[in-house]
Amino acid sequence: MSFLKIQNLDISYKTRKETIVASQNVSFTLEKGEILGVVGESGSGKSTIANAIINQIDPPGEITQGSIQLDNLELCNNENLIQTFRGKKIGFIFQDPQTSLNPLFTIKEQLVETIQTHLKLNDQDATQRAIQLLKEVGIQDAEKRINDYPHQFSGGMRQRVVIALSICCEPDLLIADEPTTALDVSIQAQILKLIKELTIKRNLAVIIITHDMGVIAEITNKVAIMRYGVIVEQGLTKDILTNPQSSEGKSLIISVPPTNKKINRFTLISPEGKEITLNSANLTKNIIKTWGVRETSNKKILNFENVSKVFDDGSLLKKQDSKNIVKALTGVTFDVFEGETFGLVGESGSGKSTIAKIITGLIKPSSGKISYYNDKLYNDRNIYQSQYSRGQIQMIFQDPYSSLNPRFKVRDIIAEPLKFYQKDLSQQDLQSNIHDLIDIAGMSRQSLDRYPHEFSGGQRQRISIARALATRPRLLICDEPTSALDVSIQAQILNLLKDIQDELHLTMLFISHDLPVIRQMCNRIVVLKDGNVCEINDSESLFKQPQHSYTKQLIDLMPKIESLV
Amino acid sequence: MKIYQKFYDTDVGYSFFNSKVAIFSFVLFLIIAFCSLFAEFVSPYNPFDPLNVSLMDAFIPPVWSEGGDGRFILGTDQQGRDMLSTIIYGSRISLIVGFASIIFAMVFGVFLGVTAGYLGGKYETIVMRLTDVQLTIPSILMALLVDGIARAIISKSMHDEMAIYVLIFAIGISEWPQFARVTRASTLVEKNKEYVAASKIIGLSSIYIMFKHILPNILRPVLVIATIGLALAIIAESTLSFLGVGVPPTTPSLGTLIRFGNNFLFSGEWWITFFPAIFLIVLALSINLLGDWMRDALNPKLKKR
Repeated sequence: MSFLKIQNLDISYKTRKETIVASQNVSFTLEKGEILGVVGESGSGKSTIANAIINQIDPPGEITQGSIQLDNLELCNNENLIQTFRGKKIGFIFQDPQTSLNPLFTIKEQLVETIQTHLKLNDQDATQRAIQLLKEVGIQDAEKRINDYPHQFSGGMRQRVVIALSICCEPDLLIADEPTTALDVSIQAQILKLIKELTIKRNLAVIIITHDMGVIAEITNKVAIMRYGVIVEQGLTKDILTNPQSSEGKSLIISVPPTNKKINRFTLISPEGKEITLNSANLTKNIIKTWGVRETSNKKILNFENVSKVFDDGSLLKKQDSKNIVKALTGVTFDVFEGETFGLVGESGSGKSTIAKIITGLIKPSSGKISYYNDKLYNDRNIYQSQYSRGQIQMIFQDPYSSLNPRFKVRDIIAEPLKFYQKDLSQQDLQSNIHDLIDIAGMSRQSLDRYPHEFSGGQRQRISIARALATRPRLLICDEPTSALDVSIQAQILNLLKDIQDELHLTMLFISHDLPVIRQMCNRIVVLKDGNVCEINDSESLFKQPQHSYTKQLIDLMPKIESLV
Repeated sequence: MKIYQKFYDTDVGYSFFNSKVAIFSFVLFLIIAFCSLFAEFVSPYNPFDPLNVSLMDAFIPPVWSEGGDGRFILGTDQQGRDMLSTIIYGSRISLIVGFASIIFAMVFGVFLGVTAGYLGGKYETIVMRLTDVQLTIPSILMALLVDGIARAIISKSMHDEMAIYVLIFAIGISEWPQFARVTRASTLVEKNKEYVAASKIIGLSSIYIMFKHILPNILRPVLVIATIGLALAIIAESTLSFLGVGVPPTTPSLGTLIRFGNNFLFSGEWWITFFPAIFLIVLALSINLLGDWMRDALNPKLKKR
């Protein structure tokens, strides 16, 4: 008999207008000592199943059919039983360590409270146990740090505390819902290693929910691939990664940017399972003809010379007190040449976005020189000279949900920059330009009369691209354009960006924390750490022979889907 | 029918048609607004036309009391004017002053709030300290102050004509800090969103970004305080008129009617003050309930499943 057995589970959300089926006929089993990865795109019902096991589905969702058996005990809709299991027999790790610990209690109070709820221990024994757990998850100086508050720990440390909390009562089943999504790549590697060690040491059964095939490849034994609430494929990780049967599985695996080689375009798989070979952008449009083709030479388009940025606390009484000062950039120097894709890579807080904001004039540099062609972007009084960059520098943002004004129709969003830069444009030309742009971005013309909230993240990102292209830019800054998207959508958007660059001879500044993506997109790469430049090199040589120790570390730690293949 | 269906399908529409309180108060408010707007056609008499008024009819009690007269349902006042008609005409003045002053406060407050939130710096500090100061002055005191100054500046004969504008200004000036505070806070949230950054990169001017991009996104809370503020403004108008510093007695508002009736309260003619007071309460309550519903319906965090 299996340890965890889920059979024919149906979960649906009844709303006023429709009933949304979040999971349908889901069945799987899990033994102790195994790690099961549940993978799928957003909205495929991964988290719903995890929540169903601990009976924590948000209303109005409910389990309509099926059974969940843990050690031959039926858990389904049995709140009394599950309450004694939660925390004791089943541990849960949440996605965001910033919000899953109560900021008003010390780590000790939170751990001891949980331990005493489930085990009959006195204060001293419980504290002793808490310290021991913290040591086990790799927190140094556990005796001292146990009295700290959550904000005194870093993100990775906090996730360790959350893991300690979830295993404190010796659970048999551990459910981790995107445990490393909010973390940097180096910390992700540590956390995954920790989960793997604990599984073996404590003989746990683990369910890991993720959208990252790299994570799946690194630690799981078994995989279940979900789509629209149905498990389309399950089996051993090695089999599925090397030889996926379902179209969803193929699409997920083929869309993952390979870490060991550079490919020209991502292959896309249609829902029927066929490969899409068509060029995604339709670029023989009139607007391009009227623009004419710009030839790219090897001229310097952008030059950063010794740029620094210091954030102070903004108080009127400026004290040069080092406590309140954050150095976002220190002496950053690099050049970008016409027609290339230049990559900025680094972990969170490394100053990548700060560079983008300085180029576009959203924040001012504290010192240093930034030139666009031969013109200085900031004059002697540190005021942004927008006449040099007017329309030539555009940006695509990270969050597709906030980068479009929700009160504007798509047509107006795209029309705005056109009208602003070509005041004498006739209504007819304006409409045909808008149509050309939306065609280039690969959206239907019907979408022009809808509002942004009616589109998915990937579609919104396409609208963003159409808006950015409307001013006919020379330099396109992409600030993590795909980090909020599913992997197959990411492949589409990256293909689109490559096509646009080829046709329009754009220069791109590509910002990402994701090394495989950077490798696929960029000709040259700069590695940033804490606002310092570690290394600038061609992308091939950077990945093959990293010079700087930090670059080496990053490349070693990135999850590699090829590790099994 | 199609429009009705479309409205019903939205979340706000659904919440409206499933809230008895909202429907009731909305219908009540509509009736009052309709009557006062078309007072000439709705009310049985024109109480300000001397031909219609006879002193012989003074102090007639409501129709159901002893000595009541079928012509005057709610009785008459000391000059023989029909109470129902004066209330309908009076509510017109009250509503006009209420709406006008809240629109004045809204335009003024929203402009200062959006610009302060977006531009920041010393300008923001000055504007926000100004609202803090304004909030420490009770609104009635502020209105009395404005009225006093206006009386000193404007001659007596002009004053009666100008009284209604002075009143609108006086009430509006004490209501704007609410709008300024709320819009500033919402602007601070909106201006850090990426669509605003995208507009800046396109090169659009600050004025354009503030009023074309940000303003439509922060109108929901403004709508809520405007509705609740409307009830407050109507009450403020009545209070001032009751104190005798509001609209002149020749064009009485609800507050003025209550003041007149107050003199007769202890001599047994209770209806002269009672009915205008009840009417004022019903009017303010219906607007307040509507505002309460709107606050809940427009706030996604309070949405019932």
